[in-house]
Amino acid sequence: MEFNRVEITEEAEEIVEQLKQQHGELIFHQSGGCCDGSSPMLLPKEDFYIDDNDIWLGEVAGIPFYMSHDQFEYWKHTHLTVDLTNGRGASFSLEIPLGKRFIIRSRLLKEEELAYLNKKA
Amino acid sequence: MNYSKPKFKEKYGNFINGKFEAPDDGEYFDNHSPIDNMLLAKYPRSKESVVKKAIEAANNAKDAWGKTSVGERSAILMKIADVIEANLNEFAQMETADNGKAIRETVNADVPLAVDHFRYFASVIRAEEGSATELNENTVSLIIREPLGVVAQIIPWNFPLLMLAWKVAPALASGNCVVLKPAEQTPASATFLAERIGDLLPPGVFNVIHGFGPEAGKPLASSGKVDKVAFTGETTTGQLIMQYASKNLNPVTMELGGKSPNVFFSSIMDHDDDFLDKCIEGAVLFAFNQGEVCTAPSRLLIQEDIYDAFIEKVIARTEAIKMGDPFDMNTMMGAQASNDQHEKILSYIEIGKEEGAEVLTGGGAKKLDGDLSNGFYIQPTILKGHNKMRVFQEEIFGPVLAVCTFKDEAEAIEIANDTLYGLGAGVWTRDAHQLYQIPRAIKAGRVWVNCYHDYPAHAPFGGYKKSGFGRENHLMMLNHYRQTKNMLISYDKKKLGFF
Repeated sequence: MEFNRVEITEEAEEIVEQLKQQHGELIFHQSGGCCDGSSPMLLPKEDFYIDDNDIWLGEVAGIPFYMSHDQFEYWKHTHLTVDLTNGRGASFSLEIPLGKRFIIRSRLLKEEELAYLNKKA
Repeated sequence: MNYSKPKFKEKYGNFINGKFEAPDDGEYFDNHSPIDNMLLAKYPRSKESVVKKAIEAANNAKDAWGKTSVGERSAILMKIADVIEANLNEFAQMETADNGKAIRETVNADVPLAVDHFRYFASVIRAEEGSATELNENTVSLIIREPLGVVAQIIPWNFPLLMLAWKVAPALASGNCVVLKPAEQTPASATFLAERIGDLLPPGVFNVIHGFGPEAGKPLASSGKVDKVAFTGETTTGQLIMQYASKNLNPVTMELGGKSPNVFFSSIMDHDDDFLDKCIEGAVLFAFNQGEVCTAPSRLLIQEDIYDAFIEKVIARTEAIKMGDPFDMNTMMGAQASNDQHEKILSYIEIGKEEGAEVLTGGGAKKLDGDLSNGFYIQPTILKGHNKMRVFQEEIFGPVLAVCTFKDEAEAIEIANDTLYGLGAGVWTRDAHQLYQIPRAIKAGRVWVNCYHDYPAHAPFGGYKKSGFGRENHLMMLNHYRQTKNMLISYDKKKLGFF
């Protein structure tokens, strides 16, 4: 059985697909900190510098989902689902002009999931 | 005085080159109040062309503005402060309608602090001096500060007018022109300010553009025609803005939030007096501004031998928080700023529960009656757990307190510093040694000692670690908006002798 760290809801996936048409290749990067932080940001792939300080958590809607390494240390025991809500964030995330906002739903990873994911890593 | 939702016009423009302008493509966005989700007004959905226009206006104004005397600039900043003060109630009502926070906070904190902030920067620039150093008998080094030119400022929605004041006052005081983008959730007070002070400043010195981050924020932050970018917000956008600035080799200042520890030592319970009462309030300040504060004391650390007695009092005080119509002076906590914030906060309460945190009080949305039933309210919530839980590590930006205990000073310091951030912290004790040693050991830019959430001008404010850099609220911010010009003067008639 295969497991993953991150998934996406159908509603959120539709918006990602729509924005891919408009902006080309995209990535998710999980934000931290003030205001609109603690939410995933959808950005043009070439805009955001990714390096060894970021961890690739998986693919959702055909695009990579990253988080900074030190943030992941506090998140690694949880499974993430990218969801969508109505609202207005004040970041540079691409869905904001649509009056939509991606948010993260989290749950604890089960033992068999952790065993699988740790082995894979 | 009775407070109520102020009257808004149907729509507003951008403030560019001293005039309000409709967006050139005619596109607006709706701004709703989080109090009842009703439409307040429409604001321009600006794109790159508008941003460029504002930057051009600022560039055209910068030489003349940069040459004004400090006396002149100081007098103008004083007048701006007077205008805000004269319209204090209007600003407060607008801020409450736009952000959702309780009127008791906007009347007593947001607006008066903004007034004082302009006065502070108007005053300190009059008393500044450059320096002259005689390096040897024939050589003198003069240090003169010069404005950068045009500053781009992107501000958040949690204190719309106050964050404007923190950024705009030092930038103007040091002789820069400003292009400001308020957060798209809270465009009202910046626009209201431009309406009231527009004629006090030469055209182009202060410009306000509205719009969305990816459409208006990005071209502003990445423009090669601005000389500095100042930003308050979250870490991913912070990194993006620094990347854009790196292309232009521009300086930046960043304020990116925190997960501030509020540490209570046993001695606070030695007496049942005014100070203990102050400590209880100090712990409950997590609910100030609905928890939408970068320095919210969202991690409560209590020494284990007083935990039971102290938390009982904190829970009782938290449960006495009055929620209701934010325009009622008795209401202590208002609405969260937007639906997505409301959803995010609830999602954090859920993961907290799933990780095994115990809900000591609150734990969900708050339903209010009537029109307010459509607003975004959360019960003040206290979760007991340990510092490795996600609710202890991530900025929830809502009225959610994560509490844990510690054995001794060493463990208090270890937990306090076990975070990616370092913006604020609180230390509460009657022990004279702890009063000094614990704050020194905490890696944060601001440690409140036997107080919290006080933001007087002339107390520098800024982050360690991933909370950013730069020190606002203090005259040292002036140098974040200035160049250093060194004139190295020789009074020696003799040549060097090399050639």
